[in-house]
Amino acid sequence: MNHFFARHLYLVDFTVASLGRRRGRNLGLFAVYVLLVFVLASVSLMTHGLRREAQAILESSPEIVVQRMIAGRNDPVPTGAVAAITGIRGVRAVQGRLWGYYYDAGMRANYTLMVPPDRPVESGAVVIGGGIARLRQLDTGDIVHFMAPDGRIVRFTVSGTLDSASELVSADLVLMNEGDFRAFFGFPADRFTDVVASVRNPREVGTVASKIALALPEARVVTRADMLRTYEALFDWRGGMVAVVLSGAVLAFVILAWDKAAGLSADERREIGVLKAIGWETSDVIAVKFWEGALVSLLAFLAGYVLAYGHVFYFSGALFEPALKGWAILYPRFRLVPEINGQQVATIFFFTVVPYTLATIFPIWRAATIDPDTVMR
Amino acid sequence: MTDTVLISLKKVSKIHNEGRPNEVQAVVGIDLDIARGKVTVLRGASGSGKTTLLTVIGCLARPSSGRVALDGRDISGMPERFLTRIRQETFGFVFQGFNLLRGMSALDNIMLPAYPQAPPHRWLRRRALDLLSMLRLEHRADTPVEMLSGGEAQRTAIARALVNDPPILIADEPTANLDTALTREFLGIAETLKAQGKTLILTSHDPRVFEAGMVDHVVTLRDGRVEERR
Ligand SMILES: Nc1ncnc2c1ncn2[C@@H]1O[C@H](COP(=O)(O)OP(=O)(O)O)[C@@H](O)[C@H]1O
Ligand SMILES: [Mg+2]
Repeated sequence: MNHFFARHLYLVDFTVASLGRRRGRNLGLFAVYVLLVFVLASVSLMTHGLRREAQAILESSPEIVVQRMIAGRNDPVPTGAVAAITGIRGVRAVQGRLWGYYYDAGMRANYTLMVPPDRPVESGAVVIGGGIARLRQLDTGDIVHFMAPDGRIVRFTVSGTLDSASELVSADLVLMNEGDFRAFFGFPADRFTDVVASVRNPREVGTVASKIALALPEARVVTRADMLRTYEALFDWRGGMVAVVLSGAVLAFVILAWDKAAGLSADERREIGVLKAIGWETSDVIAVKFWEGALVSLLAFLAGYVLAYGHVFYFSGALFEPALKGWAILYPRFRLVPEINGQQVATIFFFTVVPYTLATIFPIWRAATIDPDTVMR
Repeated sequence: MTDTVLISLKKVSKIHNEGRPNEVQAVVGIDLDIARGKVTVLRGASGSGKTTLLTVIGCLARPSSGRVALDGRDISGMPERFLTRIRQETFGFVFQGFNLLRGMSALDNIMLPAYPQAPPHRWLRRRALDLLSMLRLEHRADTPVEMLSGGEAQRTAIARALVNDPPILIADEPTANLDTALTREFLGIAETLKAQGKTLILTSHDPRVFEAGMVDHVVTLRDGRVEERR
C-alpha cells in the first residue's frame, strides 16, 4: 500500500512537470474547459436559485386568489366580496389586498406598491425592497418622491428596507399604509385589488375554489397549484432553451478533448518510448496519462465553478439574465441567495471531469504498442 | 565456462517490418556470448545491424527467431511485462541521441528510471547527486538538459542509465559526436565502471573505441552477420 502511494506520488510529480513543460499546448484546452464548466455551473446555479426563489414565493403565496374579471380584464374587487367568501363552507380566513405597479420613469424600473396585511406602516412612510434600495441608493431615513398617476409628486420617508431570504419576492416591493395607497393611486374606497383566502383542509382547495367561482360569477379564482404550473412552465421552457445551447458547447468540448487526447504528438510518443526503454511499465505510462487528465479537469472544474459562483451570486448572473429570467417582471435586479447543492456539483462534475479523464486515458492504450526500441533509431 | 557468460544468443535473427514490402533482415542467425564483467564492442559499418542487435540483447525488442538467455535463463519468449522488469533491473541504456526529456533538469532526468519503484525521495536524490559528482557534473544538476553541452548531456545520460544500479550498461555509438578529449573522457568513465564490475556493451565504428586497452572483445558485423570476433 505504501509503495502504491509512493509510486503515484512520483507519477503525479512527473505529470505536473510534464504539464508545465507543455504549458502552451495545455493552456488553450484548459481555458476552454474552464469556460465550459463556468457556463454549465452558472446555468445550474441560476436555475436552481430561481427555482428556490419561486418555491419561496409559492410558500408565502395564498392558497386561493380571487380576482374580478370584466371583459376579460382584471378589475378591482368590491369589498363586499370578502364577506361573501367568508360565508362559504371550508374557508378559514379571507383578506382583501391592495397592491399595484408603479413605473419609475427616472430609473426605468417597475416597482410593486403594496399594503402589507401583517405589518403596519406609518402614514407618509414606505418600506422598500433591497433592489430598489440599491437602484436608488436609499437607506432608512432618506426621502423618496413618487409621481402619482394624476401628476402629483408625493413625498415619503423610507422607514426601513426588506432583507428577505428571498429577494425575488421582495426586491421591487414598496410597502405603504392603506390610506397612502388609496390616495396615491386614487383607488376607490370600496374596492380591493384582489382577495385572498385560505382553507381549513388543504385537500379541499379545489372544491372551495369552485364554490367561490359559483358564488361570485364575475370572479376568476386562481389556486396555488395553478401558479406552480405557470412557474414550472416558465422555467422548463427557458431551461430547455439553455440545454440546447449547452449541448452544442459540450459537443464542441468533446471533439476538442478527443482531438487532443487521441492524437499523441510525435514528442509524446518519443517520450513514452524513452520511459518504456528506461524501465517504465505500460501501466506507469497510463497512470501518468490518467493523472494528466484528472489534474487538468479537476483544476478546470474548480476554477470554472468558483467563477460561476461569483458570476451568479455576486454579479447576478449578468451574462445569462436575458436567457433565464423574464425581463420586465423581475427588474429591479435581485440577488440570489448563495447556496451550493451537493447533487448539482456532482452532476456537473460527472459530466465534465469524468469524460475528459476517460478521454485522455483511452487512446493511451495505443501507447502500449509503442515499442521501446523505437528510441534507438 | 557458463559462469563467465552473462548473455548468450543462439541463431538470433531480427527482421524489421516482417511480411511487408519494406521488410529488412537486419540481423541474421547470430551466435554470440557476452562475458560477465567485460567490455564488448559491436563494430561495423553503418547499417550493419549493430543497433538492432543491441535492442535484442537489451530486451528492448524480441528476436524474430532464435534464443536469448540471460544468466542462463531463456528470455526470448517472455511477455512484454517481464521484459520491462528485466530491463529495469538489469540494463542501463545510453542512447545514441541520449533521449533526455527536454524541459526537465539533469537531476530529474537521472532520477526518472527509478520512479516506478518509488524509493524514498531523499535517498534517490542523494544517489542521483552522487552519480553526478562521480561524473563531475554536480554543478549542472539543476540545469535543463537542453542547455547542456554534448559531453554533459552524455554524462547525464550515463548517470540516468546507472541510477537503478544495473549490472549491464549498454551504449549505442557513445563517441559518435565527441571530439578526442571527450572520447578519452568517456573511455575513462567506461574503465571506471568496468572496474566496479559492470558489464559494458558498446557499438562503435570508431577505432578510438574498439582499439582502446580496456576493451576485451570486439565483434565485427557485416550485413547482419558476424564477420570476425576477437
Ligand atoms: N525499425 C526499423 N524498421 C525498419 N528497418 C530498420 C529499423 N531499424 C533498422 N532498420 C534497418 O536495419 C538495418 C540495420 O540497421 P541498424 O541496426 O540500425 O544498423 P547500425 O546500427 O549498424 O547502423 C538497416 O538496413 C536499417 O535500415
Ligand atoms: Mg546504429
